[in-house]
Formats: sequence, structure tokens, C-alpha cells
Amino acid sequence: MSTDPYLLRVNGTDHRVGDGRPGESLLWVLRERLGFHGSKNACEEGECGSCTVLLDGQTVCSCLVLAESATGCEITTIEGVAGDEGLSDVQQAFIDTGAVQCGFCTPGLIVSIGALLDADPDPDDLTVREAISGNLCRCTGYGRILEAVNVAAAGRRNEGSAA
Amino acid sequence: MTETRVAARTGTAPRIGESARRPDGAPKTSGSFAFSSDLWHDRMLWGGTLRSPHPSARIRSIQIGAAVAVTGVHAVLLHDDVPGQKEFGLEHRDQPVLAGDIVRYEGEPVAIVAADHPEAVRMALEAIVVDYEVLAPAVDPMTVEEVEPIHPDGNLIRRIHLRHGDQDVVGDVQVEGTYEVAMQDQAFLGPESGMAVPADDGSIDLYVATQWLHSDRDQVADCLGLEPGSVRLTLAGVGGAFGAREDLSLHVHLCMLAQHTDRPVKMVYSREESFHGHVHRHPAQMWYRHHATSDGILVRVEARLVLDGGAYASSSSAVIANATCFAAGPYRVPSADIDGAVVRTNNPPCGAMRGFGAVQTCYAHEAQMDKLANALGMNPIELRLHNALEPGDELLTGQTITGTAPVAEVIRSCAEHPSAAAIALDPMELPGGAGRTADPEHVVRGEAFALGFKNLMFSEGFDDSSEAACRLEDGVATITSACAEVGQGFVTVAQQITREVLGVEEVVMAPATTATVGSAGSTSASRQTWMSGGAVKEACEQVRVQLLERVAAQQGADVSDLVLVDGRIVSLAGDLDVDLAEATSEPVEADVVFRHAQTWPLDDDGQGNAHVSFAFSAHRAIVDVDTGLGLVKVVELTTSQDVGRVLNPMQVVGQLEGGAAQGVGLAVMEEVLVVDGRIRNASFTDYLVPTALDMPPVEIAALIEQAEPGAPFGAKGIGEPPSISSTAAVAAAIRVATGLDLPRVPVRPTDIVFPEGEA
Repeated sequence: MSTDPYLLRVNGTDHRVGDGRPGESLLWVLRERLGFHGSKNACEEGECGSCTVLLDGQTVCSCLVLAESATGCEITTIEGVAGDEGLSDVQQAFIDTGAVQCGFCTPGLIVSIGALLDADPDPDDLTVREAISGNLCRCTGYGRILEAVNVAAAGRRNEGSAA
Repeated sequence: MTETRVAARTGTAPRIGESARRPDGAPKTSGSFAFSSDLWHDRMLWGGTLRSPHPSARIRSIQIGAAVAVTGVHAVLLHDDVPGQKEFGLEHRDQPVLAGDIVRYEGEPVAIVAADHPEAVRMALEAIVVDYEVLAPAVDPMTVEEVEPIHPDGNLIRRIHLRHGDQDVVGDVQVEGTYEVAMQDQAFLGPESGMAVPADDGSIDLYVATQWLHSDRDQVADCLGLEPGSVRLTLAGVGGAFGAREDLSLHVHLCMLAQHTDRPVKMVYSREESFHGHVHRHPAQMWYRHHATSDGILVRVEARLVLDGGAYASSSSAVIANATCFAAGPYRVPSADIDGAVVRTNNPPCGAMRGFGAVQTCYAHEAQMDKLANALGMNPIELRLHNALEPGDELLTGQTITGTAPVAEVIRSCAEHPSAAAIALDPMELPGGAGRTADPEHVVRGEAFALGFKNLMFSEGFDDSSEAACRLEDGVATITSACAEVGQGFVTVAQQITREVLGVEEVVMAPATTATVGSAGSTSASRQTWMSGGAVKEACEQVRVQLLERVAAQQGADVSDLVLVDGRIVSLAGDLDVDLAEATSEPVEADVVFRHAQTWPLDDDGQGNAHVSFAFSAHRAIVDVDTGLGLVKVVELTTSQDVGRVLNPMQVVGQLEGGAAQGVGLAVMEEVLVVDGRIRNASFTDYLVPTALDMPPVEIAALIEQAEPGAPFGAKGIGEPPSISSTAAVAAAIRVATGLDLPRVPVRPTDIVFPEGEA
């Protein structure tokens, strides 16, 4: 039994999902049917945030979203975060501050932090901690990740004041 | 001599001592880095594993007919299908690849399936009928030595009865305690996964996330009945390890399915399966008695340690050696009687996790030191300083410390570091956090200190080595090593070492695989910077010597007059200047096997020069505790660590913060709940690891740099100490805040609200 074909709009491009099985999660379809392997599966129950993507600008755990229900939404995965000029400011800040170790949580965190800074370019420490508390990291203890957020936020402030 | 250009450095790529960026940083942040769960092959099948629902049972029969008949299923394999040796194991080959007539733990693999879709795999697994005769599991480590053996190798995996010094010594002051550490999970984020690809000639390629490719290769080859050369393991992207990838998990299963179907087979564990699919940190039950003089000098330590190894041996025999050898902590103890045993039960198998035996005993010996300070009426920091190990002192094993041991410096710098901890104003920062449950009137603060240490690298006479090759061509260095990069940053440090020695800018890290280079040993025991870093350094040094000799011969120069600096070969006299890229249009290569200083086995009394080197760390913890609800907020951690020499400051900080987070987890929230041999919380909903809201800032008071003899650039391994003393410090701070004994970690809310015998 397979689903009727449906469309998913991922990083600005429509993708046709044919031959899907009923009940497949958005994470599964992104990874295994559409080849967006940047979103990770580490718990499959919405606890770890490794699969975080944006659905119409809101962060969601894609493992908890029914794939077909995301038709008509703008889906942004980690593959859609880097622009034409290369890595985003958050991605670059992760590299520069040592926020990446094994890297498994990294794509989900970068999506979450990008959404945070888009909504609040100058968040305080507690706001940042709460915003990323749905993203588990087992390697870093979060210290360098918080530093990466500070660096990216400072960069945006400087850009803002320069403009 | 104004023309001398020896020290001038024009290159910009970071070298030793600088915060070089990870070479895999860009792919990891952009999502293009291929983890072992991201592998894909057009012809691939999906694999799955049927696991025992019982911790102890006899298998009467297995019916696979209905499973084979499921549409899309290509293979269903059982114990008898294992082509070679039926058992594997890191130190003792005692664990069946697939269970035969007995299952010894809940989650033990019984059957494996390959099919064209994970849903077909699940349907097939459900269609397999196993007739079990359920047996009563042996789950109490304290009595399991007295019951019927649950394995042909018996229920005692290893006992070390260490006796050191005069056994009749008695101290003026004695303190006693019993302590317990629960089972901790490594909880790496990237689940066990990999892909096996069969080759036409009967050999096989396995792409897998692991800590030690060559040990895996040898075990897999034996189980497949193949020569080691016919099994090629290549490291796939590793989503964290922390000890949980030292043992085989799905390796042989994948290869069996690939061989049977002649198709590539991929397997990815679910989180629940991952909890059953790897070893955990050993739960420990410990009794201690410390003896001291009335002025606070330790004279004797007695201890009984029982570690629960679970159903199979894994690395248990090395874990109990660490627990026993380091049972008293980094203190001068002239007399000791330590009885350490690790036993076999029907509980989940236990093995390596960051800290490896030293975590459990650190929690206990540091509680004892605080208890002793209290009995003596002495400041606990002063007591530790009074007894701190120094170079030249003897360990409990009788081994003299010949390397560095800046224990007093570690203690002082951490204890004296000013605290930045403020009183919580926002309810989010109180215990209970976002639940906003805390009543500030019930919140009390506590501050305490703990000290820990462990050995670096493999001990007890193990022939520990790492091979690395360096090839310098057209001015670009390529490093080949089978060292497993698991997130720790070896790839960064290897590049820094290469740039430092060869003065090159561009360093390529070749893939880690058994196909091109010998073993690098395990990414564990805080050993890869020293061992594989040492191998890379020596290989580069040999390349440098060969290159200078070649240029000297070509140019008719004296080799002792030539130096390699910043991409040029120049003479000290300044009359020769050759571009490195030109000089290496013909490549220069060297291949090195690096070994650390020899060690020896422990004798019958647990005595011997069994260890190479030691690393020391201290943590100071400040906690807020809601005594009404039993909730704990760790407010601040401060740490100092003996690091030998800092090779990459940014990566050192990352290890210290990350290791401390795992220690905080064990102190206040992390426990694999095992009831009658069954894991009750095999998910991230129920097994809690610290989030960004749980973790306090980690203040690094000092990185004590004293170059360690024998280590490359003097750098000690740094990965494990942060996980050793952090748990003990947090638990101690909760004791100070509450006045309770708290003889068990993790400290649960009920331990604070309803303490046994103290209510």
C-alpha cells in the first residue's frame, strides 16, 4: 500500500513524493526519500532535537511531523541554511568557537539558533538556554554552543549598527 | 648573521598550542558530513535484529517460516548461520553473535533479518516465533558468585585483591561508608549504524561508527570465518562514542546479511535498541574504611568494590583494574587492602564509559575524604593538600610516579578560583527550572570540592601501539591513520602536529580504514593524542629528516646546516633556499609504529608497574537544592586539570565542558533503571541527559601545564578526567546543602526528601 503522490516544498524547491508508505514521518521522507540527510534521527520521539527543521519559519521536530501534513508548508532544512555566499553566520560561529565535536546535534542546533536569532537578535543567556533546551548535545556540555550564539548575535548587532 | 631565517614564520595555518578549527567543521555544520546512519547504496537492503524479551531464558525452538514469507524479505539468519567463531568479545570472546540455546540478558540478539524496506524488516521480526523457557534471572551482583553459573566462564569475571604496605596499621581516626553508583548510559546521539558491502571475491567492506577499527576487524573476520585481510573496515561518521562503541554491535550481523544476500545491507538502531545494543557504565557497590592520624595524614584505606558486569565480559576486567588501582584517589596511602570484583549477572552488559572504573571509586573516595575532614575537624581542601600525591610517591600498586603529578597545583588553583555564582533571581534558574515549582524559601545552597585521577592509555602489559604514515608531495602532507575520530578532535590535532613538524600549510587527512594502514589502537583511555599524535609526530619527523638528507645530497650541502621552515628548505648560513613544493615533486614518505613505555601485569597482590601515566583533575561545585521537592540545580562548576601541555586550547575547553556535563548527569539525573534484569527507561523521554538549562557554566580555573616525559610535545590525554571528579563534586555539594549522607548517585529527589533512616 502506498500513498497518493504529494508535494513537499523543501528549501524553496518542490519535491514530489511518490510511492510513499502511509504514516511516514517528515524526517524519514526528507532523509530516505528526498536525500536530505542533514536532519538527524537520534530518538524519534521529539526529545533530542537532532531532526529540527523549520516549518513555515517555526522550529519543529521533523520526526513528529507526518510527512503528508507538511504539504503546502515551506520546509527549511540544514541544507537550506547556508546561502549563496557560503555558510551562515551561525554555522561559521560554530566552527570558530569549537561548538562542533561529533557534530550529530549540530544541524538541529543551527536550525534552532538561526530561528532564535531571526526572532530575537539580542537574546539573554537564559533565553538562549531555553531556546536550545530541546536540542540535546552529548559532547560539548553546551559551553561552546552558547559562545557560538554570542558570537553570531554580536555579529548581527555589529552589522545592524553599521547599517 | 642578519640573513638567518630559521625562526621566521610566515605560514598562517595554526600549529601546536593554537585554537585550530576542525577540518570537518564545514561539512558538519552544513549537514553534508556523512554519519554512519547516512550511508546509502542504490542496491541496499535494510537490516534488523530480533532481541530477547527475557533477561534469562532457554530457547526451545525458533520458527522463521512466516518471517521468510513476508514480502520483501531477503534473509532471516540465526545462531547456526554464523559462519565462523560463534562468539566475540573485546577481551574475552564470551558473547554470542546470535544467541544459541540460552539468552542471558534482555535485548540479546536472537535473529537478524534483511529486507527491502524497514517496515518489511519490522514485519518479519514480528513474524519470527521463538519458544522460550523463561528462567529466573540472576540479577544481584552481591550474591551472584554463590549461585549457579549463568555462563560456562562462571559468574566471577575478575577479582583483584590489592594489598599494599603494612597490613596491621590502624589509624587514630577512622571513617567508614558504603556507596553506590547506578548504571549510566553513554547516550551518544548518533545511534549504532553502518553498512556492509560484499565484494565479488568473497571479501567484504564494512562502513561503521566505531572506536577501534582493527579490533573490530579481527573479531568480525573470526566470526565470518575469513582472513583479516578479507574484511575491510572503514570509519563512517561517528556520532559520539564515550566508550559505547568499543564493543561490536551490529558489525557481524551486517556482514552476515550482506554475504547471504550478496547485496549491500544497512542497519540503524532505534534509540530503544541502542540502549540494549551497547554496554553501559558498571553499577558499583562500594564499602570503604579510611584510617588517618589525628593530624590528618592518611595511613590506610580498606575497600570492597563490587561492579556489576552484566551478562558478558566486554572490558570488565580492565574496568575493575582501574577501580581497584585508583580506589583511594590521588593521595599518598602507605597501606591498603582493596578487594575489587566484577561479576557476571543477567543484567545488561557493562563495559567502557569515559572514566572507566575511576568514576565510581572517585565518588566514593571523595565522600570518604569529606567524611574524614569532618571527623578531624579539618578543612577538606587542607586535608587533600596534606595527602596529595607528588612525583616520586608510590601508588597503591607500589608503582612510583616517575612523570608529572601536579596534584597540589590542581587542588589550589581550583579551590582558590573566585566564584561568579550569583543568587538565582529568575524562577527559571531555581531548582525545577521551567516547571517553576521551587519555593525560594526551601532552597539552600551548597559548595564542595572533589579531586580525581586515572591512568592514560592501556595498562597491565598490553602491547599498545599506533601506526601512522606521512606522505609529503608537492608541498602537501597527507596523514594516514586508522585513529577513530569520534568528535574528540584528533583530526585537528594531527594537522597541527604535521604543520608544526613540517612547516607545511596544507595537511590532508586520509580516510581511516584497515585497508591502508595498521592499527591505531582504540579511541579510548584518553590515549589518541599521545599514541596516534605520537605516531604522526614521528612519521613527520622521519619525513623531515629524509627530505633534508635528499636536498643536502642534491645541493651538495651539509644536512646539519639545513632546516625546514614555512614551506622552504633553507641553510643556516643563508646560502640555500629551496621551495618545499619543488623539493617534494618526488614524494617523501614514512610509516611509523609508535609505542608508549612498557607496563607490566599486576601480581597476586595487585602490585606492579602497570600504568604509563596519570592525569589529575579537580572540580568545585555550587548547587541550589529545593529541600521540599528534592530538586537540584547545579549553579556553577569550576575545574582545574593537569593536561601536560595544551595543543589546542579551544578543543581542551570543549573536552572539559563536555566531560563535566556527563558528570553532572550522573550526579543528578542519569540512571539506566534496571528492574529484574529489564531496562525500564530505554528512551530519551525517560533516560534524562543534561540540557542547556541543566548545565551550569564551567569555569576553567587553570590548565596546569607541566610537560609529560614521553608524550608528544608533553601533552597528556584530557578526555576522561572531566567526567571523574565532576560527579563527586556535585554530590558533595548537595551533601553540604542538605546535611544528608547521600551515599548513592544519581541523587534522586526522593533521596533528598525521604532519606533512608534520616527522615
